[in-house]
Amino acid sequence: MPQNEYIERHRKLHGRRLDHEERARKKAAREGHKQSENAQNLRGLRAKLYAKQRHAQKIQMRKQIKQHEERNVKGKPAEKEPSDPVPAYLLDRANPTSAKALSSQIKSKRAEKAARFSVPIPKVRGISEEELFKVVKTGKKMQKKGWKRVVTKPTFVGPDFTRRPVKYERFIRPMGLRYKKANVTHPTLNVTVQLPILSVKKNPSNPLYTQLGVLTKGTIIEVNVSDLGIVTASGKIAWGRYAQITNNPENDGCINAVLLV
Amino acid sequence: MATVLPPPSKRQKREEIERTQTQQDVAPLLATDLGSFKANFVDSDGNQMADVVEINFADATEKNVSALLNTLLGRDPEDFTPYRFRIHIPGKDTIIDQYPTDLLGLLQKHGVTNPFETTITLSAEPQAVFKVHAVSRLAHRIPGHGQPILTCQFSPISSSRLATGSGDNTARIWDTDSGTPKHTLKGHTGWVLGVSWSPDATRLATCSMDKTVRIWDPETGKPIGQAFNGHAKWVLGLAWEPYHLWRDGTPRLVSASKDGTCRIWIVNTGRTEHVLSGHKGSVSCVRWGGTGLIYTGSHDKSVRVWDAVKGTLVHNLTAHGHWVNHIALSSDHALRTAYFDHTRDIPETEEGKRAKAKERFEKAAKIQGKVAERLISASDDFTMYLWDPANNGTKPVARLLGHQNKVNHVQFSPDGTLIASAGWDNSTKLWNARDGKFLKSLRGHVAPVYQCSWSADSRLLVTGSKDCTLKVWNARTGNLAMDLPGHEDEVYAVDWAADGQMVGSGGKDKAVRTWRN
Repeated sequence: MPQNEYIERHRKLHGRRLDHEERARKKAAREGHKQSENAQNLRGLRAKLYAKQRHAQKIQMRKQIKQHEERNVKGKPAEKEPSDPVPAYLLDRANPTSAKALSSQIKSKRAEKAARFSVPIPKVRGISEEELFKVVKTGKKMQKKGWKRVVTKPTFVGPDFTRRPVKYERFIRPMGLRYKKANVTHPTLNVTVQLPILSVKKNPSNPLYTQLGVLTKGTIIEVNVSDLGIVTASGKIAWGRYAQITNNPENDGCINAVLLV
Repeated sequence: MATVLPPPSKRQKREEIERTQTQQDVAPLLATDLGSFKANFVDSDGNQMADVVEINFADATEKNVSALLNTLLGRDPEDFTPYRFRIHIPGKDTIIDQYPTDLLGLLQKHGVTNPFETTITLSAEPQAVFKVHAVSRLAHRIPGHGQPILTCQFSPISSSRLATGSGDNTARIWDTDSGTPKHTLKGHTGWVLGVSWSPDATRLATCSMDKTVRIWDPETGKPIGQAFNGHAKWVLGLAWEPYHLWRDGTPRLVSASKDGTCRIWIVNTGRTEHVLSGHKGSVSCVRWGGTGLIYTGSHDKSVRVWDAVKGTLVHNLTAHGHWVNHIALSSDHALRTAYFDHTRDIPETEEGKRAKAKERFEKAAKIQGKVAERLISASDDFTMYLWDPANNGTKPVARLLGHQNKVNHVQFSPDGTLIASAGWDNSTKLWNARDGKFLKSLRGHVAPVYQCSWSADSRLLVTGSKDCTLKVWNARTGNLAMDLPGHEDEVYAVDWAADGQMVGSGGKDKAVRTWRN
C-alpha cells in the first residue's frame, strides 16, 4: 500500500531520468505497432478484454471527431432569444454562465430564512457500528483481543494522512474504498462537474463517522469549487463549498453529490 | 544623591559666551548644493512654452516646477493651472511619465553623467483645475427594476439624474440625491440595451431588443413621438449628434443594430434620414464625432467611418482579426457634456451654447493645433488600434498590444491623454493616447472587467467587473484607490457623473447603486 505520493516527491527532488523525453516519444511512436500486435496475437480471455477496451476507445474517438466536425460547421446557429437579460456587449457570446449562476443562486436562497438549514436529503438511514465496522480477527493477538476495526464503507482520507503503527491502529480504512473526487451536480442548472473533495463536514449518523471521513448517503462534504470561478460578494474567488452525497457510494463505486445552495 | 556637576571652567564659560554672540555658519546644516539643471518647457505638441530657465535640483519638486512654469507664463496665482510633467531624457528617446522625488538620481540612473550642463526637456500637460474625490461609500441602493440592469448613464448636467435600462423592458430615471425613483419609462417590449441622454439633457433616447428606438422627456417621463421603427433586428447602441452640429434645433440620432445597419433618425419627426449599410455583421458600437463623421465598429472585424450629412462611406478601417467590441473617441467626454462644464455657467443664447460646445470639442480634439479626433477600437483579437481617420486615413496610428484576452471596453480620459481598456483577462490597462504606448496594468479584479469610466478630471478611473465589485484606481500611480464591494452579482454598467460627484452602477442583482465620496 503506497504511503504518500513518493514518486511525485522523488521527481520533485531529483527530476526525471535524463532520457525521459526520448523514451516517452519512442513509446508513443511504438504505440500503434503495439496495439496492432496485441490485436493480432492475443488469445482467449486477454483477447476478449483487449477487444472490449479497444471498442470503447474507438467509440470515444468517433465521438470526438464528430464534435470537432460540428465545431467546424460554418453555418449560422439558430437565432434564439437568450433567456437571461444581458447587456449588449455580452449578447452573441457563448458564455460559460453556469459557474456564475451558482453563486447568485446561493445568495438569493440565503435570503429566505427557512431555507437556510435545509438540505436536499433531509432524512438518512442510520448506520450502526456493527454495519460499518468489521472486527479484525486475523493474527494471533488479534484473535484474543479483537479491538481492531475495518471500515467497510467508502471513506475520504486527507492527503496528509499517514497510518499509525500497526500496534496502535484502531481503525483501518481500506485503500480500495478511498475516494478523492465527487461528481457534483448543481440542482437547477443540471450541470455536473467532477470536483476534488476537501473534507467531510458531517456524517449525520455518528460524529465518529465524520471523524473517520465515512462517505455514506446524506453526508455533507466540502468540495473544491475554485475551477468554477465562483466569486464571493467581496470580490474574492470562492474556494470550498458544501455538497451532500446523494447516492450509496458503497453500491455504485462513485460519489455523486448535489451542491448546497 | 545625584552627582552634582562641577561648575564650568573659565575656558568653558568663555567659549559659551563666544558661541552665543557670533553668527553660526548654517551652510553645512542646509542641504548640500545639488547643483542645477536647465529646463526647457514644451507643451504636449512639442512647442516651446517659455524661455529655458535654470532650476536648482534641491527645489525641483513637481509642485514647485509647476508653480514656476505658471509664473513664467505670467499667470496670476489665482489662475495657476496644475501641470504634470513628463521628462525627456536628453540624447535618448526615453520619456519618463512619472515625476520622481529624486530628479538628480533619476537622471544619473539613465546615464546623464553631468546633468548640470544639459538642458532637460519637460513636457507639461495641464491638469484639470478641479479635483474629483474618489468615491468611497455606497450612497444609495435603489431597488425597482425587476430584471438585471444592462446600461446606465448620468445626465450631462449633473449627477442628480441617472437613467438606467433593464431586462424588464423598462428604462428608469432616478433621483440620485434622494435615492428615489423619478420616472419609469414603459413602452419597449424587449430588454432596453442602451440609454443615452441628448447633449443638452432635454431628451433621453433608449434602444431595445424589440428593434425600436424611443425618445423620452426626462422631466416628465413621457414619451416624445412614436417609436422609431425600421431596424430588422435588435438595436444595440445609440449616439446623439454633437450639440454644435445641430441644425436649427433638430437633433439627429444614430442607432446601431444587429442587422448590420445604422440608421440616422431626425429626432423631431422620427424620419430616417440615412441608412448606413455595408457592415456584414452586427454593429456593436457607434459614435458620432464632432467633425460630422460617424464611426461604427462591427462584428465583421471592420471599423467604418461615414459622412453623417451625405450618409456615404468615407473610410473602411480593416486591421482587426476578430469582432470589434467597442470604439471610443478622444472627444467623447466633451461631446457628451456639450456646453456643461465644471464652471456651471450655461450660456443664455442658442448661439452661445453652440459656440461653447464647439470650443470644448475643439479643445478636446486638438493635436498640434489642428482638430484630430482620435478613435480607438477594441477587439476580440486581444488588441486595440488607435486611428486618426480625418488626418491619417485608413492607416492606424498605433497598435496596442498587451491584453491577454478579449478587450471589452475602451475609454479615452476626458483630457484626451490616456486610454483605459478593460478586458476579459481580469485587468484594466492604461495607455498613452498620443502614441499608444503601454503605461500601466491595473490588476485586482478576479473576473472579467466589463466596463470602465473616467472621472472628469482624468485622475481616477472606476471599473466594474463580473466579480461583483467596483474598483477605483488612481490613474497616475496605477494603485487601487478604493475597493467598492456591495453588489451581489455581476456589475454590467458603470458610469461616473460628468460633475464627478457620483458613480452609478447596475448589474445582475437588479438594484441601482450610487457611490460617492
